[in-house]
Formats: sequence, C-alpha cells, structure tokens
Amino acid sequence: MRRFTANCLSVLVLAALAIPASAQNNEVIRVGSKSFTENFILAEIIAQIAEETGEATVERKMGLGDIAIINAALVAGEIDLYAEYSGTLALAILNDQSLRTIDDIRARLAGSGLTISDSFGFNNTSAIAVTRELSERLNLRTISDLRRHPELTAAFGAGYQDRPDGWSGVSAHYNISLAGTRIMDHALKYDAITAGEIDLIDIYSTDGKLQRFDLVVLEDDLEFFPKYYPVMYVREDFIERFPRTWQRLNEELIDSLDDQGMSRLNALVDIDGMSLSNVGATFLQNDVKADGPNTRIWRDVAAHTVEHLYLVVVSVGFAILFGIPLGITAARFRTLGRAALMSVEVVQTIPSLALLVFMIPLFGIGQSPALVALFLYALLPIVRNTYTGMIGLDRQLLEIARVIGLNPWQTLRRIEVPLASLSILSGVKTSAVITVGTATLAAFIGGGGYGTLIIRGLALNDNSIILAGALPAAVMALVIHGGFEMLDRVLIPQGLRLSLNRG
Amino acid sequence: MMRFAKNDPASFLSSNMPKPIQFISFEGVTKRYDSIVAVDDVSCVFEGGKTHVLLGSSGCGKTTLLRLILGLISPDKGWVRIDDRAMSSLTRDELVAEMGYVVQEGGLFPHLTAQQNVSLAANALGWTDQRIADRIAELVKLVGFKDSIMNKFPVELSGGQRQRISLMRALMLDPPILLLDEPLGSLDPLVRDDLQQHLIEIFRKLQKTVMIVTHDIREAAILGETITLMTEGKIVQHGSFQDLATNPSSDFVTAFLQAQELPSHLQGFF
Repeated sequence: MRRFTANCLSVLVLAALAIPASAQNNEVIRVGSKSFTENFILAEIIAQIAEETGEATVERKMGLGDIAIINAALVAGEIDLYAEYSGTLALAILNDQSLRTIDDIRARLAGSGLTISDSFGFNNTSAIAVTRELSERLNLRTISDLRRHPELTAAFGAGYQDRPDGWSGVSAHYNISLAGTRIMDHALKYDAITAGEIDLIDIYSTDGKLQRFDLVVLEDDLEFFPKYYPVMYVREDFIERFPRTWQRLNEELIDSLDDQGMSRLNALVDIDGMSLSNVGATFLQNDVKADGPNTRIWRDVAAHTVEHLYLVVVSVGFAILFGIPLGITAARFRTLGRAALMSVEVVQTIPSLALLVFMIPLFGIGQSPALVALFLYALLPIVRNTYTGMIGLDRQLLEIARVIGLNPWQTLRRIEVPLASLSILSGVKTSAVITVGTATLAAFIGGGGYGTLIIRGLALNDNSIILAGALPAAVMALVIHGGFEMLDRVLIPQGLRLSLNRG
Repeated sequence: MMRFAKNDPASFLSSNMPKPIQFISFEGVTKRYDSIVAVDDVSCVFEGGKTHVLLGSSGCGKTTLLRLILGLISPDKGWVRIDDRAMSSLTRDELVAEMGYVVQEGGLFPHLTAQQNVSLAANALGWTDQRIADRIAELVKLVGFKDSIMNKFPVELSGGQRQRISLMRALMLDPPILLLDEPLGSLDPLVRDDLQQHLIEIFRKLQKTVMIVTHDIREAAILGETITLMTEGKIVQHGSFQDLATNPSSDFVTAFLQAQELPSHLQGFF
C-alpha cells in the first residue's frame, strides 16, 4: 500500500512538473537562430537590442537545426523572429524563383502573419570554395571551371545538396557532375577540406573561416546564386506587441553591415574565440567585458542542467507510468502483447533525430515535442524488461497464489510485480541512462538541455563549449545510474536480494 | 529437532473448524494434454479424514489427479466430486477454504518472510492482525518452531524448515483437505525421515483428508492409510500397503514394489 501511495505521489509530481512547460508568458521576446556562427551573431545582436529596449525579457532559442525546424518554430509562435536570408526565403521557404527582391518576398508573405524587415546590408551569398592550393594547381577560378574536373569530391552542409538554391541547382545550372558528394556538419567541413579528404565545400561569402583556412571562393560566372540579403523574418504580432523594440531593431540593423563587416564579426567568433555576447556588444559599440572564460558558460551549464534533468525526469517518468502497465498487459495477453511490443520496437528503430523532427508538425518545437519523442524512446527498455520479467516468473508460484486465494490484482501487486522488480528496475535504469544521452538531441528542435551547448560548440567550432555540454551529460548519466543502484536497495524486496546473493 | 507440545494436542482445531468431508470421488475422469492422455477414465473414491498416497513413476498421472482436485485444471470427461458437490460447481473462494497445498521445495514466495508467506491467504480474506497472530501461534506450536524463524526469508531457511512453513501456509485457513505434491522429494534422508515422522503425528492430530503424491514406496508405506498405484494414466490398484504387498492386482504392482526395495543382503541393516 505504501508503495502504491508513492506511485500516486510521483504521478502528481510529474503532472506538476509538466505544467510550467506549457505555460506561455506574453512578456517574453523569443529570438531564434539557425546553427551557424553568423546566425548566432545576428540573433545575439537582435537579442541585445531587444534587451536594451526593455519592453520585455528576452529568451534566446539558439541553434534550431535546419530551415524546416526554425520555420516551423516561427509559424507556431515558439519564436518571434530570427535572421533569415532573402535567397533562402524565396527558394527554400516560399519555393518561388520569381521572388527577386525583398519587396517581392514581403508582398508574398502578406496575410501569412509573417513578414520581413529590410536588409542589413551585406550579401551573404552562398558560394562554392576550394583550397587556395587546389585552386592554383588546377587553375580553378570560376564555378564553370569545375566542369573540367569531374574527379573532384564535395561535402555540403545538411540540406544543401538537395536545395534548389543549393548544389542541385548549381550542378544543373552549370551542368557539372562530381565524383562524389557527402553531407557533413558545417563545422567539420573545414577540417575535411584542409585535410584534403574532399575538394570543395559550400560556404557563405561572409564566412570568417575563409581567411583562417585559406579558401578561395569560386566566381559565380553564370550568375546562378540569388542575392542573400539578411533580414529579420518576424511574426507580425511581434511588431504589434513590441513596437518600440521593432523600431530600435530597424534603426540599429538595417544597412548597418557590409560584407567585410560581417566577415569580421564572424572571424571574431570563429578565429579569435570571442564570446557571442561580446561580439554583439562590439557591434553595438557597447562596453566589451573581458571574456571571463568561465562565468557565462558555467551559468549556461547550470541552466541547461535544469532543462536536461527536466527532459529526462519527465520523459522517463511518463515512460515508467505507461511502460510498466504496458509490459504487464503484454505479458498477460500475449497476442496483444506482441503487437504492443512490436510497435514500441518500431519506434526505437526510427533514428532519434528523425523522430524529433517528426514531432514538429504535431507539437511544434521546444520542450513538448522533445518530451514526447524522448518518452517514446524511453519506453522500450521498460516495456521489454517488464514483459520479460513477468513471463519469466515461476508458474508454480503463480498457481500457489491462486490456490491460496489471491485474486488477480492481489497476485499482481503482492507476488508478480515484486518478483519481477529486479528486471523491471533494470529496464528503468537502462532507459534513464539512455535518455540522458538521447536528450542531448532535443536541442535540435529547441528543447533545451546540454545539447544546446553541443550544437553551439559545433557551430562555433569550439571544443570547450562542446565539452561543457558533453561532460555534464556523461556525469548526469553516471549520477542517475548510481541513484538507481541505491534505489534498488529500497525497491527490490530484501528476500529477493538475499536469494540473489546466496544463489 | 523440536516436537509439538504434548499438552493441548488439538487446540488448533478449536477455532472455526470447517466441516470435515466424507469423500473425494473420481467418476470416469479423463484429462488430455494435446495428444497425451494424462488421466485415462479413472474412477476412485478417497475416504474423508484419512491419509491417501498417490504412488507411481513420473508421468503416471498422479500429479494430474491432484491438480484436478485443486481445481487448477478441469477434466475433459467425467466428474470430480467432494462429497456430493461437483468440482465444477465450486467457486474459487470455496476451493480456497476447502484445501491447502504443499509442493516440492515448498513453493514459498522468496520475497516474503515466513510469516508473510503463512499469513498471505488470511490477509487476502481480510482477517484482523490479532486473528492472524493467534492462528500463526497455533501453527508454530503445531510444527514445533520458534517464533524467531517466522521473520526469516525462505532463502535463510533449511529445506526441512521451508517444508514446515509451506505446511503452515497450507493449514492457515484450516482447510479440511490437504494436498501435498512430493513434499519430501527434495530433502536429504535424515531430514526426510524426521519430517516424515512429524507429518504422521500432525495428520493424526488434525484428522484431515490428506492426499500425498510420491514416487517413493517407503514414504507411501509409512504415510499412507491407502495407496493408489498408478501407471499410464490409470489406477492399477487402490488399497492399503498390506493389500498391495500381499494381494497384488497384477505383476506390475509386485514389480513396482520390489523395484525400490533394498537388496536382500542390505535389509538386515534397517
């Protein structure tokens, strides 16, 4: 009975924990960013301007995966605005090549509840780059020159290869074919091309790393690439709610940066390792505080620890609540059980990142879809171990329970579950430890947690930030494992533990 | 080894004694498992208040007979009756009140203490703590235990102690019928002899209808007021050990009894 009461309590606690996740506060400005340096910087600048204006508190939702995710976030109102490029808007978001100018795009967006600002000034066009060494050796100056070298290989950022404004458009426009192309994270491409593993990469013309890695941009001689003017892609209700902030943003940002200016800001982060907040301050000509290497990152780690723990506790908590009864039911009704078990297993075969992305149309971005996806992932070990524990019970003992006069519910509660507790708990333990790891992917859809740091570190090519996310996650997994080992001592009946030790 | 207290021999019967039964009867009972006929058209009457032994090699159908009485399985053909009540008409509650069950190695729940194992059935019926404590005190006396043993887990008990706890559990609700499936099968010989003697005394005191399944002739001879020898799902002979030894119904009976006898040159030692 005591245990049952404890179960009820944990349900209540979980429900209470789940409430703040859904509570929405109107007095918050949510700034999003994609996951590459320039977009981080622009988002940070937007956030700092909004903070200075003081109309609302500002929340940074940085590193929201690819276009599909951040766009869904904007449409769903999970973020209020982010920096997007006119070319991407026309070709990848609105899918219309005829939208040539910012005015065209704004006109097309009319009525959608979304709009865009004017351009910040620079043109961060997409470009194809090779190493200076290769450029000189093969005399590669223009994209057309690639036609002479079908033996070359390329690496592109996720999504770039198939985008009409990406490689599929370039190769058709120039009639180029390469020996091989593969998908690689932005941050890893530079190392790969420098090491000579690949010959060309997609790059942004304002990329601070162009200098650092001594890369040469191939001239777009057949004028394929559209102009990529950065604009604020924003919800109209944001403009209505925070008019002063919107006005300040326009004053500070429109026509404020040229190609070199942006490239310099990018280099400050990518090459000099300056923090985003100081790069933002530099742009706004505010005081640049000495980048204490620790303070900001440790504050972030603390905040992300809370988020990460929340993701794990809530998703595993619900997985326990649903998984154990599901496992028990599966053991009772074998045919039904096989079907249930199989569907849980099918979920497990979906790559975790894909599962997270599937959640976006259903639950938007942020914590809720991450919780649902993590919950689905956490189910299998719990259901599977509960099922195995239950069907492995000594049948004679169950017969005796019947002869003694225990009804099915009493048998379940007093005999079956305690006897299967070892197996059930080890399933819960496995699930919790795995979920700590999987939860780092939640950041890709804005779910927060340690993954936020890992993504930022990858985007900024900064190993210390990656470690600031990865190490605490490993520690958390160990701590949770240790916690469950101690919980075993409480939850596994003494008599069973004794028989294990003696057996 | 402790024996139960000599004074007050029948005190454990004084409380709410259920009605003793007159007989358990099988009428043309057949039970199949897929293509295997476990019990083949068996008809037999077991008198109430006596100790009966079902004897035979493994697979002869003796355990199936026990499980039919327990209501764990029902016959494909024929009737099993307790007095004039057909098994099929009895509810699970009635069956629970009617019989206690002891299996080889005790079948104790490993996660529960001896005390918890014994009181499980009474708990399920909602007995008060006082009533449970009183009944356990009677049973502890009956099997000759110290109270301290009741707080141990099965794994902490010896084989003989486990069987006694199992017997206490079977007797908790004071059922008129006691069914034991190879209760001594896993015990070493000394413990086995001791518990055998003890069981005889307990059965004599309790006057219950006891049915014991065994393949051991010595045990059958010592414990059984009647012996039912079975082979291949059929009863070969039903009677006292004396009957079987002196008046065998077939060569099989003689062969079975002799198979387990000591070689003649060793018999003098016992």
